[in-house]
Amino acid sequence: MSRARAILGIFLLFLFLFALFVERPLADNLAYYYDILINIGINIILAVSLNLVNGYTGQFSLGHAGFMAVGAYAAGSWSEHLSPSLINFLAGSNGVLTFVLKPFPFLQALPTMCADNLALVVATIFGGLLAALAGLAVGIPSLRLRGDYLAIVTLGFGEIIRTLILNIDFLGAARGMSVTGRYTNMFWTFGIAAVAVYIVLGLVNSTYGRGFLTVRDDEVAAEAMGINTTKYKVIAFVVGAFFAGTAGSLFAHYTGFLTPEGFNFFKSVDVVVMVILGGMGSTTGVILAAILLTILPELLRGLAHTDFVPVFQKAIEGVVPIHLPPLQGLLENRLILYSLLLIIMMLTRPQGLFGDIAGSRKRVASSPAK
Amino acid sequence: MAQVILFLQQLLNGLSLGSIYALIALGYTMVYGVLRFINFAHGDVYMLGAYAGFAITNVIYTIIPLDQYNAISRHTFIPIFVCTAIVMLGAMIFCAILGMSIERIAYRPLRDRPRLTVLITAIGVSLFLQNMTQFFVGAQPQAFKQLIPVRAIEGLGDLTVLSSQAAIIISTIVLMVFLRLVVMKTKIGLAMRALSVNPTACSLMGVNNGLVISFTFALGSALAAAAGILVAMDSPSINPLMGNLQGIKAFVAAVLGGIGNINGAVVGGLIIGVLETLVVGYSNELTTLFPALHYLFPEGVSQFRDAISFAVLIIILLFKPTGIFGRVEREKV
Repeated sequence: MSRARAILGIFLLFLFLFALFVERPLADNLAYYYDILINIGINIILAVSLNLVNGYTGQFSLGHAGFMAVGAYAAGSWSEHLSPSLINFLAGSNGVLTFVLKPFPFLQALPTMCADNLALVVATIFGGLLAALAGLAVGIPSLRLRGDYLAIVTLGFGEIIRTLILNIDFLGAARGMSVTGRYTNMFWTFGIAAVAVYIVLGLVNSTYGRGFLTVRDDEVAAEAMGINTTKYKVIAFVVGAFFAGTAGSLFAHYTGFLTPEGFNFFKSVDVVVMVILGGMGSTTGVILAAILLTILPELLRGLAHTDFVPVFQKAIEGVVPIHLPPLQGLLENRLILYSLLLIIMMLTRPQGLFGDIAGSRKRVASSPAK
Repeated sequence: MAQVILFLQQLLNGLSLGSIYALIALGYTMVYGVLRFINFAHGDVYMLGAYAGFAITNVIYTIIPLDQYNAISRHTFIPIFVCTAIVMLGAMIFCAILGMSIERIAYRPLRDRPRLTVLITAIGVSLFLQNMTQFFVGAQPQAFKQLIPVRAIEGLGDLTVLSSQAAIIISTIVLMVFLRLVVMKTKIGLAMRALSVNPTACSLMGVNNGLVISFTFALGSALAAAAGILVAMDSPSINPLMGNLQGIKAFVAAVLGGIGNINGAVVGGLIIGVLETLVVGYSNELTTLFPALHYLFPEGVSQFRDAISFAVLIIILLFKPTGIFGRVEREKV
């Protein structure tokens, strides 16, 4: 484990230097690419954490967006209502840091920077903890259910969370909520992503991991061996929810605006597609899939606006005598791509691009009809 | 007395809503009965049924003369119910073929795979149908042209029964009776029941399991198409995402009744429909009973109507996962 810890440390150091010297120019000059990068980081956190539940533990959760929403709204309201006093205490005109650093004029920007980062971390941890709490509340009752029922129940919980937010005036209801402070930066996004990977891999390679894998491979046998399957499922679920919450917080502090619609069922599907494409139970695969599926819609959007598309459309309409709606729509709708990916992957390679076991091993009593 | 009338009114609205859920739930429950998996795409078959009906209605409207209200004239030689029947049958046939194709293309190759694989495929099919529909007809809602003139039926005193509600309830009863006859009195119905008990033994007895499964999909999809058209009679606005929520509510209905059980799906659908209507209708009373609700939902509990079915689902799965009529199934190793 110490080697993994060393890698994590080096990565974080590298990230810190990168954030210190490259981030500002990148964000200012190449805002579009910076935006994609941050989204990649957030999606990696989401996908890796969902992979713990769907991949390693073999439970099919369709409610990840719900936990992300809890984290996002919790962190958002924290920053809205509680952070200002903290920031003021540290970096205000009479703040502690401002006072301490007064003799060093070249460190003028430091107090605000520290305070912003601290505010982000505190809000993110708060969001993560509340999401974990929601995960616990959802997990304890529903994880006694079998695969396909669990999928529907988690979907239901996701929708309930969304409906709740939609009706709570304090959280802006349908108007949406604006979040003060766009604190999210490369360091924390990829730092938290790295920590998520580290923790998930650490869990999987520990006694807990054996528990997760037995639950996935054969729940009945696991129970017969005296393994408390519910306990392992709940642990995976809570850890997954925690990181979904932190991703939500990063998202909230990046976009600065939250709407309940941003966390609907399709958001959960996005994450599920990443996990399935990468391979359930393969962290590397899932990270790559998260990167790929963040970039791909952008590429397709670019492709949709090339001159090639109308020409292609004319060619089709020349051959087949029907009038098609603009083909751009086909390329711009990522869900068409995702749905095809899901179907084709399941038909041809259910273990995903990098997956090892989940789909390829035949399970007992899986086929009711021939 | 006014209270009683109000209650009856709510009950009636609930029953007509519940009939729709029941029709969709039948598809879930029959497929679960023979294949033991949740056909996630069923809600979208229902949506496509509504769109097929929409297309056929538009064709009919261009062919036959209309009266001054822009509805099918009462004096044309094609009576209204013939038009309705044509639309309904057309959509049902379309969806039956669609359902069979989905099964053939996406689910049959996965027959021996883990359940989760099939479930994921079903989610994929669902998303595909929704988004392709969105691509072809656009995301904006379309107005379904009126098939039957919607007005209150006279002679019922203070009770308001719309002709569309009556049509929904009557059509549902007719379809249920038809389904009952198919399942109980025909050979293929017998095969369906046998398949749901033991697929291996069933195929050893010479039943073509693949054919029966196809037929089950066709039957369920046709009922969903009928539901799509009936719902459009009552609220004539259809959109490509309409199948999502209705589909899940119908699934809850199927689970409530005991998934795999045909009578259960009907009872479950009616219960969910009535429950939803009552909660919305008596939201003020509910808020007075539980003041905490007011704090959570200042706009009224009715805002929460779509979450009711989820709450019901969670409660059933926790306390009686087999539903009302379901039988306990032991997991074999």
